Amino acid sequence: MTTTPHRTPAVELRGITKAFPGIIANDSIDLLVYPGEIHGLLGENGAGKSTLMSILSGMIQPDAGTIHVNGREVRISSPRAAFDLGIGTVYQHLTLVPTLTVLENLMLGSPAGRLDVDGARARFDELATTLGARLDADAVASSLSLGELQQVEIIKALWRDTRVLILDEPTSMLTPQGVAELQRVMTRLKERGIAIIFITHKLHEAIEIGDRVSILKAGRRVGGLDPEELRSASPEEIRVRIVDMMFGEGASQMEGVAEMEVRVERIEQAAPDREVAREVALELINVSVDGGDTEMSVKDVSFTAHKGEILGIAGVDGNGQRQLAQAIAGQRPISGGDIRFLGESIRRLGVPDRQARGLRYITDDRLHEGTIRDMTVAMNTVLKRIGQAPFWKRGAIREREIDAFAEQLVREYEVRTPSIHTNIGKLSGGNIQKIVLARELAFDPKLVIFNKPTYGLDVKTASFVRRQIRAQAEQGVTAIVISTELDELIALCDRIAVMSSGRLAGIVDNGQDAHARVGELMLT
Amino acid sequence: MTTATPPATPGSPAAVDAPASRGVDLRARLEPIWQAIIPVVLAIIASGLLLVILGRNPFDFYDAILQNGLLTDFGLQQSITRMATLLLIGAGLIVAFRANLWNLGGDGQWLLAAAFVAGLAPSVVESLGDLGLAVMIVVGAVVGALWTVVPAFLKAEYGVNEIITTLMMNFIGIALANILVKGPFLTDRPGVPRTDILPLEDRLPLIGDTQVHVGIVIALVVMVALHWMLTRTPLGLRLRVLGANPRAAVHLGLRPKRLTFIAFAASGALIGMSGAVSMLGDWGSFRADFNPAYGFLIVPLVFLARMNALATIAFVALFAVIQIGGDTATRQAELPTDFILVLVGLLLFFMTITEFVRIRRARRVAFVPRGLAEGVKATAARKGSA
Amino acid sequence: MSDLFTEPVLTALIAGAVLSMMPIMLAALGESISEQAGVLNVGLEGMMLFGAYAGFNAAYYLHSSWLGLLAGALGGMLAAVVMVVLCVQMRLDQIVVGVALFLFGEGVTSLLHGAQFGTDYPRIGDVVELKIPALSEIPVVGESIFHAHPIVYIGIALVLGARWMLKSTSLGLSLRAAGETPAALDAAGVDVTRTRTLAVLACGALAGIGGGYMAVISAGTFTPMMTQGAGFIAIVLAMLARGKVLWVIGLSFLFGISLSISTALQLAGIRISTDVVTILPYATVIVVLILFARRSYLPSALALPYFRGER
Repeated sequence: MTTTPHRTPAVELRGITKAFPGIIANDSIDLLVYPGEIHGLLGENGAGKSTLMSILSGMIQPDAGTIHVNGREVRISSPRAAFDLGIGTVYQHLTLVPTLTVLENLMLGSPAGRLDVDGARARFDELATTLGARLDADAVASSLSLGELQQVEIIKALWRDTRVLILDEPTSMLTPQGVAELQRVMTRLKERGIAIIFITHKLHEAIEIGDRVSILKAGRRVGGLDPEELRSASPEEIRVRIVDMMFGEGASQMEGVAEMEVRVERIEQAAPDREVAREVALELINVSVDGGDTEMSVKDVSFTAHKGEILGIAGVDGNGQRQLAQAIAGQRPISGGDIRFLGESIRRLGVPDRQARGLRYITDDRLHEGTIRDMTVAMNTVLKRIGQAPFWKRGAIREREIDAFAEQLVREYEVRTPSIHTNIGKLSGGNIQKIVLARELAFDPKLVIFNKPTYGLDVKTASFVRRQIRAQAEQGVTAIVISTELDELIALCDRIAVMSSGRLAGIVDNGQDAHARVGELMLT
Repeated sequence: MTTATPPATPGSPAAVDAPASRGVDLRARLEPIWQAIIPVVLAIIASGLLLVILGRNPFDFYDAILQNGLLTDFGLQQSITRMATLLLIGAGLIVAFRANLWNLGGDGQWLLAAAFVAGLAPSVVESLGDLGLAVMIVVGAVVGALWTVVPAFLKAEYGVNEIITTLMMNFIGIALANILVKGPFLTDRPGVPRTDILPLEDRLPLIGDTQVHVGIVIALVVMVALHWMLTRTPLGLRLRVLGANPRAAVHLGLRPKRLTFIAFAASGALIGMSGAVSMLGDWGSFRADFNPAYGFLIVPLVFLARMNALATIAFVALFAVIQIGGDTATRQAELPTDFILVLVGLLLFFMTITEFVRIRRARRVAFVPRGLAEGVKATAARKGSA
Repeated sequence: MSDLFTEPVLTALIAGAVLSMMPIMLAALGESISEQAGVLNVGLEGMMLFGAYAGFNAAYYLHSSWLGLLAGALGGMLAAVVMVVLCVQMRLDQIVVGVALFLFGEGVTSLLHGAQFGTDYPRIGDVVELKIPALSEIPVVGESIFHAHPIVYIGIALVLGARWMLKSTSLGLSLRAAGETPAALDAAGVDVTRTRTLAVLACGALAGIGGGYMAVISAGTFTPMMTQGAGFIAIVLAMLARGKVLWVIGLSFLFGISLSISTALQLAGIRISTDVVTILPYATVIVVLILFARRSYLPSALALPYFRGER
């Protein structure tokens, strides 16, 4: 990476290394971030981006290496130290207190004593104007939309005299319009001389938004592009170079690379033309689900899914997708309408009965909902079949049968685990997801709901999961795939439905301009 | 709380190829036993120090406990008899705590069941004989279970924290028991308000020619059955899953509401049984304003045993000896009998600290991968010599 | 029944209520602060007993009820230190440690008292009372509320002061965040451990004053286990109050009424057994819970130890 002479970097990392039990998260990383520039940090899930960012924001200490801010060597020993150095971070998982108001959230960490409410209000107005945000300072945080919450987070990161702004995967919760808005905001901030580090796993974003790009892979910085190179080369050339840097020479030609989250061009061709049967598997008729005070309610949703079809559900997080999935699975009661599965109404059936009929649900929260982390891999494979033969006979557990079943699944799905008697919480996210998948796809599934099935997974496992979905579909299993990654849905699905504010905004056949049409529906 | 297996590092190739060992090595197997013994030893030492500060001789004291609780014929039998009562309470606590339901209303459930049983027993046993005893035990169980319905309902339907509700029901239960004894169940005999005394010949049969009644047999059978239920049956697994992660329980289709009711009812029933056995076996009558408050005292023992029914038997046995022996020992040392509370409190403290030390030590294993550690050492060596 | 609403009866009722609500109100305030910061303190009863014991001793030997109350605060804080070390610093299970603290508190105070005084229960001399001019002339309310030991006024002031602190200071904000989303507090650069430590120590001090009040002012002596479940009531009230200090005051007052109602009934010539009256407050709580069966507000991060960086 060529350094620009005469300019002091806002932040310089030299040889930053950080290890955790069993894994080296950051391996001797060098990084130069200049003021007035957006530096895109690109890498797949697990490449070490979050760790690096945590080091910069003072949450974690590096094991080795140095950090220079504005030319001076510093130690960022705590989040407070980071603020004092002018580093502000917008985290991926929102760090706002839902029960406090916007203003109170911003005042967290104020100097001891009486709160300077007037001063805070003034600062808020100032920053909100800069960002072009329209927010009510006295609104309780839990009442804001995801986009608004992110705006507050950005204001929070800029609250003190911030010279370096770090954004961790900020677009995962935004509509395409929201992304454009965010870009405008970043440009505005850039013009004031603030250095921005933009972390993402999406190649096209890094290239479109970044002035400079660094690529992380398995904890090391394997390459990058400076502003000159980004400007001079064509998008296709850039893509090739980056993919090569990430996956080795010639990787861009390989089969399967097209599967990954590394596309520059929007997909212009339709998903492979598949013969989808017309036979109806699932029918939702005016289904409403009550979300209570804290969650989005689903209102009047109707659609059908056919045998062997892959139906996508797109939409920004929090528009009722999860509640809908839970209602179809039986975890939540529906307050209106009916659900018919394979010709019969299932609205009165509980989860075990629906499972027995072949309706499966793979939750998005694999660690805290889908598995019991302190139980073994083997036990976790049968948790949805407690009491059923052959794992239980005459009221007593049969461990040998469970072990045999678990061994089989581990083999078929290539799960990496020291043994089937290891606690499942110790496995990596990808392997846990494989177990969950294996478990749900066993015993003759007829319809499987996948809620964000590739979220947080490394490329290889994500690809594996998608292939499983397709393979099942070939065999006539209906798949409903909920995802916030539009690219993924377009690569996978026959049709894509869009959820917005708890309603079904529409269903789009996958094809030429699917991306645009879906984007439009998300705005309604 | 599960046993710690040596932390495996999922990334390392060697670990993947390691044979899937069915059990864990011997040292790890023994660890929970160590974890349990150390706090007991520390608590005894700390209480001993407290005794010294108060000017008493700890050795005499503990000797008195052993003598009166274990080493005399009479003391041993008393301890075994007490153990029966305490074990059933332990069973009740285990079944609730395993499902992560904090049943802190044990005292109320126990007293209410005891009051009913003591009040009704004399007439029932007189007419039904030994069958009457069985009926009374069932009555005790039913009363105990019924007293958990309100907290169970509020928790299952509305998610109301059961610590509040069981505590409230506790106090109500204690008062209600008193009202019953001073009212409908009051004996005609003069003296302290109590229920009619169940004649000795009508009480629970004794074992052989000892003074120990069959309550201990009932208790042991119950504990073993409980252990089997929790570890080998579907219901047991469902309760444990509910206790481990209520959200997952919903997702996995386990019907948490139903399980909550079952766990609470079982808990109350077992504690109620304890009250019944106590009345029918040793006490014979319920005196007003009587509250041995076993419900809280057994809590630390159950934790110490990691909520394992079989281990609980050992701890309850130890505790029964200390309680019985301590009754005499504290009087001899001219101390209030509440000294036992100190011991129990210290036990809990040391237990939590021992747990902490264990966790810290487990984390230190393989914190830095060998390759990196060596690399850093090499770099340091080079820098040092430069 | 009409005898119930006469002036002397009502005065006695409210005076009794004010007297008995004080320790519970203070302890409940402490518990509320602790819970809002994310620490569930089941051992409150133990802290109150420590406070009662320390307070009694100080008042007895130093002949001053003020020093007694101060000693009570210190005694409670001492017990709270245990909670701080084991739960906040070492992040061990809060409920287990809480039960231990309760049992230990009961046992140790009973033990020490027995060792000191054997079977005697010495009393403290008479206590001082303050009369507010003019206001104390108001019928019923005057005698009961405006003519009492100064600690009552100080107690109310303390509670209102705490309310101001929670709403308008940086510390108060940090406390509220610590129990809801400690990660946010950490990200804002505030030490979560330190915040929770302060909350628990404050809880101990307040519980200690409450216990001290019971020994020094209400009873005039110390008897083992004299708190009789007051600590647990305070926990319940704190949970019901859902973080709102005014509710703590109100609920404590209601509870005080139900405690003092037996004396009032006696004065009115209505005879109900003490046991029935004892049930009243607890039954009221249950009825309230059943009627308004919403989730009693508990901060999301309550009883969960905070580890930086843990998901």
